Amino acid sequence: MTVTPVSPASSETVNSLEVSRLAYAYPDGTQALFGVDLAIGRGERVALLGPNGAGKTTLVMHLNGILTPGHGSVTVGGVPVRKDTLKDIRQRVGLVFQDPDDQLFMPTVRDDVAFGPANAGLRGAELDRVVTGALARVGMLDFAGRPPHHLSFGQRRRVAVATVLAMEPEILVLDEPSSNLDPAARRELAEILRSLDVTVLMVTHDLPYALELCERSLILSGGVIAADGPTRELLADEELLAEHRLELPFGFAIPSL
Amino acid sequence: MGAGHRHELYLPGDSPVHRLPPQCKLLAVLAFAIVVVATPREAFWAFGLYAVLLAAVAAVARVPAGHVVRRMAIEVPFVLFAFLIPVIGMGERVSVLGLSLSAPGLWAAWNILAKATLGVVASILLAATTEPRVVLLGAQRLRLPSLLVQIAMFMLRYLDVIVGEMRRMRVARESRGFAARDVRQIPVIARSAGALFIRSYERGERVHLAMLSRGYTGSMPIIDEMSASVVQWASALALPAAALAVLGCAL
Repeated sequence: MTVTPVSPASSETVNSLEVSRLAYAYPDGTQALFGVDLAIGRGERVALLGPNGAGKTTLVMHLNGILTPGHGSVTVGGVPVRKDTLKDIRQRVGLVFQDPDDQLFMPTVRDDVAFGPANAGLRGAELDRVVTGALARVGMLDFAGRPPHHLSFGQRRRVAVATVLAMEPEILVLDEPSSNLDPAARRELAEILRSLDVTVLMVTHDLPYALELCERSLILSGGVIAADGPTRELLADEELLAEHRLELPFGFAIPSL
Repeated sequence: MGAGHRHELYLPGDSPVHRLPPQCKLLAVLAFAIVVVATPREAFWAFGLYAVLLAAVAAVARVPAGHVVRRMAIEVPFVLFAFLIPVIGMGERVSVLGLSLSAPGLWAAWNILAKATLGVVASILLAATTEPRVVLLGAQRLRLPSLLVQIAMFMLRYLDVIVGEMRRMRVARESRGFAARDVRQIPVIARSAGALFIRSYERGERVHLAMLSRGYTGSMPIIDEMSASVVQWASALALPAAALAVLGCAL
């Protein structure tokens, strides 16, 4: 499974994301990941849960080659993440950062959504079609001509999702998607994410949000995957949560099916 | 703040001048400024005609005179300097309203005032009819060094964010009882400036990561193909061409 030929995934059996025995130490010697193994099938929505400092962000940085593995491998849709596949990988992995101001750097919403596809070589009518499609999917089409800093935080996050959707990624990776959102914006984003037909990996410590959106969850703790299973079962296991510094918010009870 | 600037300078409209591609307008303003600067200062009537040309552009662009005049405040420091020259200038003296002024100084002051004013008005007209980001697209189109254009673009985008951060830091200082009264408070302000720099630098790194994640390879993709037709070039360059004709007569 670790040695995969460099060929675009064609069959449905190829996983969107495969990480095997991934270990990484920062240049200063701090070991952040100690052998992470995980696989996410096409079309799945998976939550990656873990306390602060568990290595979540470090893992995310490996998914599109910003960091290169010290040991082990990452494969996206059948293509291994390597120096020579970076361009391809960045097209396949859509990373949505925590602060939309980091992600929206162009003067208007439209230009920003067009940035990725234009880098991939799209121009003219085809570019317009992709941009319009992506903005429509997050319900922000009416704001195409606006500068990003004139939007509300929730709107900016939705545009940030559109910027990566426009690249038609194999997998959408969201870093703390619910942070700083008010309840209405949170619900709107959940509706959008549910309506998308892509593989989603959601990195969060917002457990109710994970339960709402993801069938399956992984717990990353101490640089390894400590648990992998249906979100509902993981969140019901109080001992497991406590062991990994995770807690349900006060008063929250897992709703019955 | 950046947003404020946008509204200050840009005057939304749909005049023929607004519709011209930015690269044409940029080049027209530059050529006009060169012609103005090349005009000998003794040719008073030429400067008058230049002003008439600009007034005509303003009329076509439907930019009210008040809009232009208010924004000419940027010129004030130069005006003050220009007024000083005749007073401190050397050479032959002439008496004006009981003041003894230097004749070469008067000529120099007139030269600066007339040329700077025409240049400033032309730039104000450009800014009033072209959104800042579109000006940058024009610069990109004219193949100005792409790094400079990108820096200007990010400045436009992040000015608001940085000013917002600065404001939050000020509020944080003041809510803990800080008030900048005299020089003894300078170290605190300096440390805030340092912190702001580091935050902006770190944001720059994150933005760069976000750009890499979307396939950035060092140059901005051209998203809007804004090619200009011959007619558009001709109408934009009519301004410097007319100015050049005036200059031809003046020489």
